[in-house]
Amino acid sequence: MTVDAVARSHVAAPHGTTPLVARLRSVLRPDQVRDGVSEVNLYRHDASNLVGHASVVCFAESTDDVRAIVLVANEFGVPFVARGSGTGLAGGAVPMGGAIVVSTAKMNRILSVDPVNRVAWVEPGVLNLDLSKQIAHLGVHFAPDPSSQQTCSIGGNVANNSGGPHCLADGVTSAHIHAVEAVLPDGSVTVLGGEEPEPAGYDLRGVFVGSEGMFGVATKVCVKLMANPPGVATMLLDFADVADGAQLVSDIIADGIVPAAVEMMDQLCLRAVEAFIHAGLPVEQAAALLIEVVGLPAAVAAQVERIGELAGRRNVGGVRVAADDAERALLWKGRKSAFGAIARIKPNYYLHDTVVPRHKLPEVLEQVYEIAARHELLVLNVFHAGDGNLHPLLVYDAREPGVVERVHAAGDEIVRVSVAAGGVLSGEHGIGLEKRDLMPLMFSEIDLAAQADLRRAFDPRCLSNPDKVLPSPAGCGDIHSIPEGAWV
Amino acid sequence: MSLDDAIGAFAAQVGPNGPVTITGLGTRGGPVVGVRTVRAPSGIEWIQPAEMTIRCGAGTPVADVDAALAEHGQCVVIADFGTIGGALAVGHSDVRRLSWGPVRDTVLQLRYVSAAGEVVKAGGPTVKNVSGFDLCRLMVGSRGTLGFLADVILRTRPRPTHEQWYSSRRDPWALLGELYRPTSVLWDGTTSWVLLDGHPDDLRGQAAGSELVAVDTPPDLPPHRWSVAPSTLTELRDEPAGTFVAEIGVGIVHRSRPAPPAEPDPETVELHRRIRDEFDPAGRLNPGLDVLAVT
Repeated sequence: MTVDAVARSHVAAPHGTTPLVARLRSVLRPDQVRDGVSEVNLYRHDASNLVGHASVVCFAESTDDVRAIVLVANEFGVPFVARGSGTGLAGGAVPMGGAIVVSTAKMNRILSVDPVNRVAWVEPGVLNLDLSKQIAHLGVHFAPDPSSQQTCSIGGNVANNSGGPHCLADGVTSAHIHAVEAVLPDGSVTVLGGEEPEPAGYDLRGVFVGSEGMFGVATKVCVKLMANPPGVATMLLDFADVADGAQLVSDIIADGIVPAAVEMMDQLCLRAVEAFIHAGLPVEQAAALLIEVVGLPAAVAAQVERIGELAGRRNVGGVRVAADDAERALLWKGRKSAFGAIARIKPNYYLHDTVVPRHKLPEVLEQVYEIAARHELLVLNVFHAGDGNLHPLLVYDAREPGVVERVHAAGDEIVRVSVAAGGVLSGEHGIGLEKRDLMPLMFSEIDLAAQADLRRAFDPRCLSNPDKVLPSPAGCGDIHSIPEGAWV
Repeated sequence: MSLDDAIGAFAAQVGPNGPVTITGLGTRGGPVVGVRTVRAPSGIEWIQPAEMTIRCGAGTPVADVDAALAEHGQCVVIADFGTIGGALAVGHSDVRRLSWGPVRDTVLQLRYVSAAGEVVKAGGPTVKNVSGFDLCRLMVGSRGTLGFLADVILRTRPRPTHEQWYSSRRDPWALLGELYRPTSVLWDGTTSWVLLDGHPDDLRGQAAGSELVAVDTPPDLPPHRWSVAPSTLTELRDEPAGTFVAEIGVGIVHRSRPAPPAEPDPETVELHRRIRDEFDPAGRLNPGLDVLAVT
């Protein structure tokens, strides 16, 4: 029997309770198990346009709760999917085949903080920005800062190996996770990795981070904390030609400077944001780079000066260095409110996520503009230029006939030109459902079989978030269903 | 022969059958004794300074990579002895880990020859990538029990233009707290050693503020590594000074005697068994080597 077929027998019914729900209510408090149709439907999707199908939603409050749910899932042969805040953009938390949704949102305690050794244990539902705010008085922070950091959870960051503007110098989530306590797909509980730097055996911690919920459910996370920098300089540089700005990124890195962040916004984005927050952005220019360097005073001053020199050779227009914290916050607000600002242009958007080698940025950006123009779409670019992580934003009005198809076609082309330029499918959003069937662009059948082997070692029954990441059914006997909203 | 051709030849040598082991320069333990031995391709394929990446055969000596990158003002975060493949297969970080991070974060893409004798690619060539499961981190530290590394693309970092070791009699945890991102803090129970890199004015400022005295070299490290939670290093205060050198903030203790065997929980043992069964069902790669038992 396929996963789908098994699950159909446990679909939430409007009248009466399914045996699955009854069993879950016997192992949790009844109010932790919700099967009302309207409530369950809220959990059919994440922040992508993809829609799946859940049979029941469980609100776990402890490792024991998660373990109990996973054991019931095994007993009934029903898939389950862990869910943090549901801010994922690739459909990673979209329930497939009538899965049990395991919400970790109520597991939101910071368990311990060691400011000397810069380690904290947190529950997976702790929100990313809440963690850094709660420990700010200790002079430390959690470095990964996705644009959704006000609402995304640490558990979700672990599942997606999330990035963010400040991951350029300090690395993405995997570099900031020491250990994960996980409920494995068979219901056993173990700690992967550890506070110790070189635990014996395979790096199961490293394997779990970024496994998109397919290797089990994180129930506690040991994170690395970073010292807050003593000095910060935030620069805004603008260019009449996008290519000059993009080239400067490579110039800076080749010169031996790795800034804390290097973000690019193109003209359409600058204009949308300026209309929104009035920060005095250079709206007449083709593009701007937001660059932040951090550290001790002499290093920061030297890097600011050197970046200014290098920018001069790339025909920089204005160089604005934030004079104080207020101006710095305003410039970052401009970057981080881009997604809110675009609502002023069109009601809908599709945000893409690919990475190309830095030196290919000018060429690939040009192709992105060409693709959008050919499909008669508006595209804004606001992205992590420092690590070549493109985020083309296609804006549209879904009520316009045929536009959704054009958005999907353009998105597919953007992914393909990125990979063809020596890039990869995703820099930080993950594969999920969105790019599952594009994996063969990067990996051979042999490569994918090895990934499926790893999946099977963790989850022989393929109950943990099935249907994601791997394009072929990975020997699980399930047949991929195509979710609503899919474009691949 | 191109690197790709060399990888093909390497895969043919590994083949699909029979016990086989691998060696590099033998500086990190060498091959399994009494088993047919192969060597990975060596040589630097390219360096892309503006990408901060390098591609090389796994058999390339770390010293060759270091020398080639030095010409571009860059380096890799790998202790400078033996081969790249050996360093990654063992997965031990060097004393700069406190600031520079662990070896496992260095690998962007790798190819390995599987137990079936096939070439498998993991990861991707860019500095940021979350496409698919992280087989790169699985391979780092797996000691050739899941596949033999053939070639890698590594992340490089700027080579420090100014770097200085200092010593101090002050408490190492006080130094860890007050210095901004020291590259290394070592302690033998009496003396602390600190490595700083960065702008020379900042080095002078930090050294003066923390009463550090410049020294030529760090202490000699005893040969055995113990891996412990960094918060437990304070227990070393009860041990005789001079019998260890501890990496403060990291949790590696260098000692003259080997660490006791790890005591993994049954779930961890079972996961290791299942992973090895999936990747090498016949147990032909580095036969007899138990990754949970080696220290």
